[in-house]
Amino acid sequence: MCDTCGCNLTPGNQHLAFKPVAKGATAVSVLKGLLAKNDDQAAHNREHFDKRGILAINLMSSPGSGKTALLEATLTALKNEFTCAVIEGDLETENDAERIRAKGVQAHQIVTGTACHLDAHLVHDALHHMNLDGVDILFIENVGNLVCPASFDLGQHLNVTLLSVTEGDDKPAKYPVMFRAADAMLLTKTDLLAVLDDFDPDKAEAHLRNLANPAPVMRLSARKDLGMEAWLAWLREQLAAQRARIAIGQSRRPAIQSDGQKLHSATA
Amino acid sequence: MHELAVAQALVEQVEAVIRQHQAARASLIRVRIGPLAGVVPELLASAFPLAAADSRMEHASLELVDAPIKVRCLTCGAETEAAMNRLICGDCGDWHTQVISGDELLLESVELETAPSLAPNS
Repeated sequence: MCDTCGCNLTPGNQHLAFKPVAKGATAVSVLKGLLAKNDDQAAHNREHFDKRGILAINLMSSPGSGKTALLEATLTALKNEFTCAVIEGDLETENDAERIRAKGVQAHQIVTGTACHLDAHLVHDALHHMNLDGVDILFIENVGNLVCPASFDLGQHLNVTLLSVTEGDDKPAKYPVMFRAADAMLLTKTDLLAVLDDFDPDKAEAHLRNLANPAPVMRLSARKDLGMEAWLAWLREQLAAQRARIAIGQSRRPAIQSDGQKLHSATA
Repeated sequence: MHELAVAQALVEQVEAVIRQHQAARASLIRVRIGPLAGVVPELLASAFPLAAADSRMEHASLELVDAPIKVRCLTCGAETEAAMNRLICGDCGDWHTQVISGDELLLESVELETAPSLAPNS
C-alpha cells in the first residue's frame, strides 16, 4: 500500500475517496493507517532483527503477572543454549533490567516516564544502546498494561501474552484487543491454582478461542519450575522457524491478519 | 491513555497531506475506527484539540466513523456481525473466523482549503 499511486483504493473503500466538496476546497483521500509512522519504524526494526538472525518476542500482560520472573527462569534455562538479550519497559526504575543483568544477560531499560506503552521508536533507540552481535532471541518486556501496548507494533515477530491465575479467567473477554494479538498465551503462577477456587484454566482458554485466536495456551509456574519445558520447547521451535524464514528471505509479523488466517486453516 | 499518542500521529499525517497538496489548512478530517483497534473514539476526540493546537488543522472538525465488527467464517463461509469479545461465526458458531472489518484505525480522507484565506494564519 502507498499513498501516492492510488493502489490503496479497493472496491470496498473507493466510494469514500472521491466526494464533491465546496468551492475553494478539495477532498483528499488518504486511507492510511493512523499509526503508519510507528508501523514504518517497526518494519525497519524487524528488518534489522531479520538481518542479524534474531527472533524478537514482545511480552505483554498486566503489571505483576510475572513477566520478569518468567524471563529470569527462561534465561537461566537457556543459558548454555542461546544468547539472549532483553529490553525492559517500565514507567520508572532500572529494577527489572538489574534483575535480568543479575542472570548475566544483557538488558536495556526503557524508562517511559508516564507513557503507558512502548512504541517502535523507543525500541529503535534502545537497540542503539545494545550489542546485538550473536544474539539469538531478544525479549521485549512491554509496560505492564493490558490495553495500550496492543495497538503498537514494535517490530517483534511474536506476541506472548501472560495471564496469571491470580487474575480473572475472563481477562481475554475483558481485554479482547490485547488477547486477540497473542501468538501464545501463558497462564502463569499455576502453582497457586491449588489455593484459588475461582480461576478455571479451561475457561480462560475458551475465552481466547472466542476471539478467534488459535494460539497455544501453556500453563506454567516460573518460580516453582512447573510446565516450563513446553514453553522452552515452543521458544526453540519458534527460533528454528525464524531461521527457516530468514533462509528464504521471509519475515513474520505478530498474528491477527494474514498469518492468523493461515493458522486458522491449518488447525480448522 | 495512548489516545494522545494516536492524536499526535494523526496530526503529523494530516500535516503531511496539507504540505503535499500545498493547501492552506485542513477543514475536515475523517478517521475510521473499529472497536478492535483499541482506540476509544471519545478519547481521541478530546485528545485531538491538544495535539492540533497551533497547527494548520486546529479549526478542523474531526469526524470519527465507526467500523462495525464483521467476521468471515472459515468453516461455513458466512459473513456476520460479531461482538468485540465474541468473534465467532453468527451462523454456525465456529471460532475459526477472520475479522474482515472492525480493527481499522484509518485516516480516511481530509478536506483541504486550497484558496488563500483572507485571514492569513500567521
